[in-house]
Amino acid sequence: MLSVVARRGLYMLVTLAVVSVLSFAIIAAPPGSALSQKISQLQSQGGEVTEAQIVALKEQYGVDDSWFTQYGKWITGFWHGDFGFSFTLNEPVSSVIWSRLALSVLLSIGALLIAWGLSIPLGVYSATHRHTLPDSVITVIQFIGVAIPEFLFALVVMSLAAHYLGTDVGGLFSNDYADAPWGWGKFVDLLGHLWVPLIVIAAGSTAWLTRVMRANLLDVLNNQYVQTARAKGVAERQVIWKHAVRNSLHPLVMTFGTTFPVLISGEAIVSIVLNLPTIGPLLVNSLLNKDMYVAGTILLLLSALLVIGNFVADLLLTVVDPRIRFGE
Amino acid sequence: MSQLYAAGDDVHATARHEESHLDSSPVLSVCDLEVQFPTPLGLVRALNGVTFDVPRGKVLGIVGESGCGKSVTARAVLQIIEKPGRITGGSITLRGESETTEITGLGPDSKRMRALRGSEIAMIFQEPMSSLNPVYTIGAQIAEAVLIHQTPDRDEALRRAVDMLRQVGMPHPEAAAASYPHQLSGGMRQRAMIAMALSCNPTLLIADEPTTALDVTTEAQILELIRNLRDRAGMSIMFITHSMGVVAQLCDEVIVMYLGRIVERGSVDDLFYDAKHPYTRALLRSIPRIGGNRKAPLEVIEGSVPDPHHRLAGCPFHPGCPKAIPGRCDTTVPAPSTAGPGHTVQCHLYQADEIGHPERAENV
Ligand SMILES: Nc1ncnc2c1ncn2[C@@H]1O[C@H](COP(=O)(O)OP(=O)(O)O)[C@@H](O)[C@H]1O
Ligand code: SF4
Ligand SMILES: [Mg+2]
Repeated sequence: MLSVVARRGLYMLVTLAVVSVLSFAIIAAPPGSALSQKISQLQSQGGEVTEAQIVALKEQYGVDDSWFTQYGKWITGFWHGDFGFSFTLNEPVSSVIWSRLALSVLLSIGALLIAWGLSIPLGVYSATHRHTLPDSVITVIQFIGVAIPEFLFALVVMSLAAHYLGTDVGGLFSNDYADAPWGWGKFVDLLGHLWVPLIVIAAGSTAWLTRVMRANLLDVLNNQYVQTARAKGVAERQVIWKHAVRNSLHPLVMTFGTTFPVLISGEAIVSIVLNLPTIGPLLVNSLLNKDMYVAGTILLLLSALLVIGNFVADLLLTVVDPRIRFGE
Repeated sequence: MSQLYAAGDDVHATARHEESHLDSSPVLSVCDLEVQFPTPLGLVRALNGVTFDVPRGKVLGIVGESGCGKSVTARAVLQIIEKPGRITGGSITLRGESETTEITGLGPDSKRMRALRGSEIAMIFQEPMSSLNPVYTIGAQIAEAVLIHQTPDRDEALRRAVDMLRQVGMPHPEAAAASYPHQLSGGMRQRAMIAMALSCNPTLLIADEPTTALDVTTEAQILELIRNLRDRAGMSIMFITHSMGVVAQLCDEVIVMYLGRIVERGSVDDLFYDAKHPYTRALLRSIPRIGGNRKAPLEVIEGSVPDPHHRLAGCPFHPGCPKAIPGRCDTTVPAPSTAGPGHTVQCHLYQADEIGHPERAENV
């Protein structure tokens, strides 16, 4: 068991190393872009850029260094939290990224928990009441949930909330609290703003996971051991939850690793619509503006999250399924 | 080989054995049982009036080709037929240690029905690979039955589980109880299933093709174990198989099923030396010879497997029967007639006059 964890940890490191090279390749790909962005920025601010300044900047960003040295500088910077410099924001990448990443992860994990919390009972109900009216209703809603684009859903929820609840749901805080110090009131205000993005982000994966859960459970219910449980006098409710559901969680747990990036990309669109300071809009903007250190860093951090998500999913699987624990 | 109830270490066994002499009424009586599955393609009549008794302290064999309704019969007794299938007629009566229960009068998920399952009637299934839940240990799964029926004490239940594993001849019972199903071989899993079935001292054990998926050596061991159950513990057993060879080794009485009906019933000797029904004779011809492939499925008689949605008029076997009487076999269902003491057969060849009831063909 421990050796499995160690081996997986090693794979993760290797994967991340490869990803870091790829991310850096993206940064370095457009020739000179990092520097010319900076120079044109300085020029547009009205300053004459002297030859000496250009040389100084070249020195600073190591443009003339070999590819390998540049990569070395960037990646060693990671150890002390130095991810390079954002040309558009005129700030170190590290000072814009953490709070946004934290909010993104918070929203994604919150949405995932909502999705699991809803899809398991809904899927179980749907599977055990197959071909009844509630099952059909759940199925229809779930098709809509999968099919509707997130930005549209975000707009709909936002306008509905604005219309019926009279609240301003964009952003993270109301105007009253935006600059207020942290306190209970501000926290409640934050929750009041977070439920809309949470619902919107969770909707698609809830619908999808309900579908997965229903199909899995129907499959598992055909297994002989479900009959065995009934034959020894286990009550039907226990047959379903203890014997069948427990065995159909397997694919749902596996989705943990794959749902995560989907949630992050969903979060980007929703955050743009709802004006939330998350990582998604920052990534989109940095790509549009060729702000390459920002883009590269975000790509690497998201890949790290994805790899960690898969690792956590695999650890959860060994808890759920003893065959994996002992098997090869 | 087996330690089951060996050397008088089980007082229960002796008590039960004596009791079986006192009371000779059948443990289970099934009368005119009908089971139907409404499917999107139409109604499947899986059982069409099945009547039989399971004698106390004996092994009743149920034989027939795959699809004739053996498993459905077994599940009907426990009321665990898969939805949307249901019992649409007839009665099932259990004469347990202390009381007689009309099973068909109980709701499938009623408290009393659940109390019978696993404690009065226990069942083991065909596929030892899939009949144990892969995510719980063997011990926990056996203990679950004990916890439901006998004691609320978890440690006591687990001790009993290990004890049962020892009694069914499981090597290293403690280790086996702590292991998961995938860590055991097919034969060991089937022993674990038997241990689970026996854990609450059932009055009736139903075994649905328990050796079909096992190799020859393991099959012999499991059959030996079941024989011991009958001989030493006096247990009543309903043993389903599609192998006449297994019937010969194990059973006291046999019923032969064909398309959801019983076509012949008698002692093992009646069936092997004096089979009456043309279908039983066809089955006997299909017993593999020495050196032949003993796992080969029963010979399927030409034209004898009709589409389950279609009900034939008359004797269900008439399209494949070499002795069918035109104008009679294809119009009238034969009534049971007596061929000897305890030996009955449903075939027009053994009826002097035209008893039986006309039944029209039906498409559903
Ligand atoms: N879940 C089900 N749905 C529809 N029909 C079924 C179902 N289970 C059994 N049947 C019908 O009942 C018949 C008898 O099945 P079964 O008792 O499993 O046969 P066997 O004698 O091989 O055990 C089958 O031919 C099938 O048509
Ligand atoms: S009743 Fe007729 S068709 Fe049926 S088994 Fe007897 S002889 Fe054959
Ligand atoms: Mg069967």
